Amino acid sequence: MSALELITDAGQPVAEDLSQAPLALRGLTVSYHDEPVVFSVDMTIVPGSMTGIIGPNGAGKSTLLKAALGIVTPLAGRVTVWGQPLGKMRDRIAYVPQRASVDWDFPTQVLDVVLMGMYRELGLLRRVRPRHVAHAMECLTRVGMQDFAERQIGQLSGGQQQRVFLARALAQKADLYLLDEPFAGVDAATEAAIIGVLKALRDEGKTVVAVHHDLSTVEAYFDRVFLINRRRMGEGPVATAFTQDALQATYGGRLSDGFVARQSAG
Amino acid sequence: MLADALFLQLGYNAALVALGATALGIAAGAVGAFLYLRKRSLVSDAISHATLPGLALAFIVMVLLGSDGRFLPGLLAGSALSAWLGLWLVSWMSHRTRLAEDAAIGAVLSVFFGFGIVLLTVIQSLPAGRQAGLEGFLLGSTAGMLRSDALTIAAGGLVVLALTYALRRPLLMGAFDPVHARMMGVATRQVDLMLMTLVMAVTVVGLKVVGLILIVALLIIPAVAARFWSDQAERVVLISGALGGLSGYTGAALSATAPDLPTGPIIVLVAFGLFATSLLVAPGRGLLATALRHRQVQQRVHLRQGLLALAHGQPIYEGLTRRILRRQGLTRPDGVATRDGRAAASRALRDENRWQALRRTEHLSELATRDDGLTRIEDVLTSDQIATLDATLAPQKGGA
Amino acid sequence: MGFEFVALSLPPLVIGVLAAMACALPGNFLLLRRQALIGDAISHVVLPGIVVAFLITGLVAAVPMMLGAAAAALAAVVLIEAIRRLGNVEPGAAMGVVFTAMFAGGVLLLEQSDTSGVHLDVEHALYGNLESLIWLDATGWASLTDPQALAALPPELPRMALAFLVVAIVTALFWRPLKLSTFDEGFARSLGLPTGLIGLGIVVMAALAAVAAFDAVGSIIVIAMFICPPAAARLMTNRLEHQVAWSLVFATLSAVLGYVLAGYGPLWIGAATSVSAAGMIATVSGLLLAAACLWAPHRTA
Repeated sequence: MSALELITDAGQPVAEDLSQAPLALRGLTVSYHDEPVVFSVDMTIVPGSMTGIIGPNGAGKSTLLKAALGIVTPLAGRVTVWGQPLGKMRDRIAYVPQRASVDWDFPTQVLDVVLMGMYRELGLLRRVRPRHVAHAMECLTRVGMQDFAERQIGQLSGGQQQRVFLARALAQKADLYLLDEPFAGVDAATEAAIIGVLKALRDEGKTVVAVHHDLSTVEAYFDRVFLINRRRMGEGPVATAFTQDALQATYGGRLSDGFVARQSAG
Repeated sequence: MLADALFLQLGYNAALVALGATALGIAAGAVGAFLYLRKRSLVSDAISHATLPGLALAFIVMVLLGSDGRFLPGLLAGSALSAWLGLWLVSWMSHRTRLAEDAAIGAVLSVFFGFGIVLLTVIQSLPAGRQAGLEGFLLGSTAGMLRSDALTIAAGGLVVLALTYALRRPLLMGAFDPVHARMMGVATRQVDLMLMTLVMAVTVVGLKVVGLILIVALLIIPAVAARFWSDQAERVVLISGALGGLSGYTGAALSATAPDLPTGPIIVLVAFGLFATSLLVAPGRGLLATALRHRQVQQRVHLRQGLLALAHGQPIYEGLTRRILRRQGLTRPDGVATRDGRAAASRALRDENRWQALRRTEHLSELATRDDGLTRIEDVLTSDQIATLDATLAPQKGGA
Repeated sequence: MGFEFVALSLPPLVIGVLAAMACALPGNFLLLRRQALIGDAISHVVLPGIVVAFLITGLVAAVPMMLGAAAAALAAVVLIEAIRRLGNVEPGAAMGVVFTAMFAGGVLLLEQSDTSGVHLDVEHALYGNLESLIWLDATGWASLTDPQALAALPPELPRMALAFLVVAIVTALFWRPLKLSTFDEGFARSLGLPTGLIGLGIVVMAALAAVAAFDAVGSIIVIAMFICPPAAARLMTNRLEHQVAWSLVFATLSAVLGYVLAGYGPLWIGAATSVSAAGMIATVSGLLLAAACLWAPHRTA
């Protein structure tokens, strides 16, 4: 099915056409220990856009992403990917988890990690051919890590680890890229390199969604924002949705007044 | 018979063992609670298995020195020494190499135990070794023990209990709030050292009663069970001690009634019974309570989402939501809202609008972060504050 | 010499090596998943499994006992997971609760039931009886090609070989998902991999190895081989492929050296009887690990 079957107020089934939306969430609620951390969130990602998911710490940003990917199970709600159930569309999604979510002491090398991105192509037993390695090296080159292919992953800096993760996502040859805090704890050069790669992806017509917490770079990096603090607080192009009002509502008293003032002046 | 046992009418030795087992159980429960709060329960498994080579070596040394080798205090001293070595190796491996603590624990426990078995086979080949009875330390055996052994066990249990009581303050501080403990002049290292010493004392005293394979159960099970009953560290320690004492007492008393009821396994199974009960029925953290709560939250979430969808004239996606609305008489079978449904929906919408208004207020917006979709605004704001909020809302949105 | 070696030493040696390798293989993944102690738990619950199997069937036969042990191992794993998740209990403690209680239950059942006259006791479950697995029909090296003599091999040998083969094939077949989900579970799930099932699969493999091994070599070797060879191997290399290879080398070395030392070591120093081979194999694996901790090239991060 390419649309959701819905029952409206009037009892009539209608179809909401989501086949164009790379990712759509409807009524998504996720709870940890019986407290909703994401409540009844609707989100519609626009194709070819670069969307920042913005909100304070503990607002459910990462949880939203994980629920969208089926990594955590929602209490209520639906996820569609180009109008289809998630399970059918995994080939078109690439995911970059938080860097801190894995054990970097794992005995493996950079090239191996990137090849993991080609798992769906390689399957259980297909041999790794030179063209696979070439593709992995190409992805490493795009993030500036081509000289580190043989390096043990534990020997990399935080920024380098993040680039390797991005290279692995590139190796997935996806149409929708979901990134969880890609700029957390990385150096300025890495941040610039990553945003360069993401913008290039967007310019190729891919869709990029990233959880992001640095408000000062939102306007420079993204063309759309999704504001969340347990609930959907706003969604739209940066120019209209990333406003002082919306931020005030999203962050409550936690947003520094200075920043809000700067935003409204700018 | 059972009543006799429970009231310690089965002879002097059995009474001494029951006393020792009770004291040991209380101490093990309390010490185990500290271990559990520090998430290091299984360190005790390494310690207990590491006693075996020391036990065997002590026997061999005593035989070589001309005694018959079964002198309990001597054996216990040997087991304590090798337990120390094992403990030291665990911390050395997890600090000095890239191996994690669980691997270090597993390595030490299996290798020490394996080496202990090698030594046991050596002892069997000694002339004095045939009747060594060291296998009794694997699973504990209190049947037909010497008066002096029973006295050692009772005294040992009481000493461990007294030690635990004496050290309770620094242990609590260390388990809870290491930073604060350091400020109060209690070094974490020292607390750890005290804790491990107590674990070792419990293990060594418990060798003869519960056996080295099962002694960890006394350090782990009561603590895990106690954790279901309270979130407060002091209480967890007390409850754990009580559960441990109860297990020790019941186990020792029951096993005195029949020769084929070994003390150690009975104590462990009693403790496990207490654990299983706690897991199921403890209020708050128990399974039944958790399952009930989870179901309630799910229902509330679906109800709320359904009402908001009704209020906004939006479609309802999920079967569960539709079922809940229908069951509560809020919608008709065909999905159209009833009169009650419309009223409830507009109440939900009013609540929603209030939260939104709250988020945009200057001085109270911090409170809006408590909005998780289920919290009622009446629980966060006073009626005056709500009235003020309502004044900022558009007039058509329902009355107060 | 040829006769004596082939009949008395070769079968236990081969069984020891196969058991060590079968345990070390899944041990690598348990180590990296911080589940090293699952092996400890599994090997403790083997005892209640075989006791229950004996009480139900009344037989001291390999097949029902192995089924019972396997069922107990699975029950333990499920219980541990249930207590950990539902009760929100820390994994180490959940393990401690389950395996001690099941072991206690096994000991109690054993004491309560009439097992006198059958070869079923706690010590046997703990340290097996590797030395007794001899090949009486062997007359020398030539027996290795004699089908009649081969048919009289101790049944533990083909059983252990089969278990090792299954573990090895499963590991090879599912190498990529195993590695991927061990390294990055979240990413693996985003690819649609059933990470829960993979985790369970690793534990089931470990249980299979443990169950096949305990009868011949006892629980001690099982725990030691789950942990020591993979841990030592981890310190030798920074590549998972090489780590697994090293772990097999260490497992083999432990089994061979341990067996030889237990059998001949005491004779060399003038004692009359040999010592426990299972215990010695565990001891050697520990010494190898100690050497790796002191000198291996990648011992620190």
